[in-house]
Amino acid sequence: MSVLTPSRGDDPPDPPYAQETAERALRPATLDPVPGSLELSVRAFRCWLVMYRRTWRSSVWSSVLGPIFYLGAMGYGLGSLVDQHGTAALGGVPYPVFVAPAVLAVLSMNTGLTNGMFPVFGAVHWNRIYVAARASMLRPSDIYRGHLLFMVMRIAMNAACFLVVMAAFHLIRSWWAVLLLPASVLLGLAFAAPVAAWTVTLQTITPMNYVIRFGSIPLMLFSGTFFPLSRLPGWLQPVAWATPLWHGAALCRSLSVGTVTAGSAAIHVGYLAGLSAIGLWAGARSYRRRLYV
Amino acid sequence: MSSGTADVEPRARSTSKAFDFDSWPGSRALRLIERHARFYRRLWLVVVSGALEPVFYLLSVGVGLGGLIGPVMGPAGHLVPYKDFVAPGLLAVSALNGALNDSTFNVYGRLKFEKLYDAVLATPLGAQDVALSEIGWAVTRGVLYAVPFLIVMASMGLIVSPWALLALPAAALVSLATAAAGVALTTYMKSWQDFEYVVLVSLPLFLFSGTFFPLDVYPHAIGLIVEWTPLYQGVAILRDLTLGAPSWALLWRAGYLAAIGAAGLAVAGRRIARLLLV
Repeated sequence: MSVLTPSRGDDPPDPPYAQETAERALRPATLDPVPGSLELSVRAFRCWLVMYRRTWRSSVWSSVLGPIFYLGAMGYGLGSLVDQHGTAALGGVPYPVFVAPAVLAVLSMNTGLTNGMFPVFGAVHWNRIYVAARASMLRPSDIYRGHLLFMVMRIAMNAACFLVVMAAFHLIRSWWAVLLLPASVLLGLAFAAPVAAWTVTLQTITPMNYVIRFGSIPLMLFSGTFFPLSRLPGWLQPVAWATPLWHGAALCRSLSVGTVTAGSAAIHVGYLAGLSAIGLWAGARSYRRRLYV
Repeated sequence: MSSGTADVEPRARSTSKAFDFDSWPGSRALRLIERHARFYRRLWLVVVSGALEPVFYLLSVGVGLGGLIGPVMGPAGHLVPYKDFVAPGLLAVSALNGALNDSTFNVYGRLKFEKLYDAVLATPLGAQDVALSEIGWAVTRGVLYAVPFLIVMASMGLIVSPWALLALPAAALVSLATAAAGVALTTYMKSWQDFEYVVLVSLPLFLFSGTFFPLDVYPHAIGLIVEWTPLYQGVAILRDLTLGAPSWALLWRAGYLAAIGAAGLAVAGRRIARLLLV
């Protein structure tokens, strides 16, 4: 017990404490080597894994059933009205086949965003996991990358569940679809990495609500997801091309329908990878500033 | 304790007046509604952003996707453009959305964490007043969402009938049913995790209550179930009004929503008293 309570002021140290300090003094001054960045990140990741094992149940409803509801309502309910009118504007595929990869992209975006916002904010302000982790040998960049690893795991889990549903309903038309999982993880990371980098600097939760209301909802509705981009007014189309969700949705759709070309895939992947890289750089920086006060 | 006169003074004032506002039924609840209104004055952008959400849906699904959808069978049996069809559905959704957050998440926060009602019950307000004012404030917020949406609808030419003047009270009725059910059910919630059920209920309500497509898309049996959802009744009322096909059936639909409101109010008052006064 007394080993855990350091002596204060002029009090003489307790005997076991004194014994240990004496032993330490006798030992040659070598330290254990500091583990590498990767191992430290994995340690931070495992902390989130322990928490998730306790709380995964409540996340199942919204993350698995939510997109299935959207697929049912948009793809099949509304899709039955769209398909009566002809599928030429959709590239000749039925509406459920058209919309399913977009729902996958929206799901990945939303998983990345929600995991990159509220848990990050909570880790600074509510349960203070980051503050506790700062007291360990983890550096802020390890804390950040460990948390991102967990977010990537959640994105991959949600995407995998939805992919199973897509396959079960015969909404996948090409073998390229084996690449849908990495593509949706990349899309989710392109949102999670920069958003977590930004969230860690916040003092209140209000700005996060604005990002959802003014950011993710318009993105979800206008990024060539539920209807082809050609339906947008001409001046809005370049704006949509600049958004990450359009790149993600277009990539997912081309893989799922089988219209993928090397050039377009390279542009989409390059854009999303670039955004993720910027996020990773910015996150290491902003976490360092926030956690080393 | 400084002097006894301060305790006597308000009573003396209220008996001396011929007209006393505070003796009206429900008027005490206005005090708590005023508190919420003052609180939200600083968060007005939250209200604006919530009101914009259905407008985004109208532009995306109604206008964008609607162009790929031909005319849809409207309430009076004649074909209407898809955006005319979906707009009243989204109006009902905006009234529901406005009322839902305040009557569930916020009531729970005030009940369990802010301990607001413990403070309120130390004043002349009772548990029934708390229930009434929470529902009243949620309805106010629902109306705050519905008014801009109606203005957008009118400016896009999606309102074709003067019956649409009744759309605002009808939207308020949707908010009332949502808010009363929301507050009543929130009193049974045990943790934040329970609110996953709110999402679990509200998302299918939003997507499948005849908002985006007519009921005949479903098999008949599922259609019968959907008809019992409060949002479907609200959508049906608003669609008939804005598309100019009112009928006597709207009265029992409205009565159904009002009954949910009354039942929710009664349950909520009793539950809040039970949670806080025992």
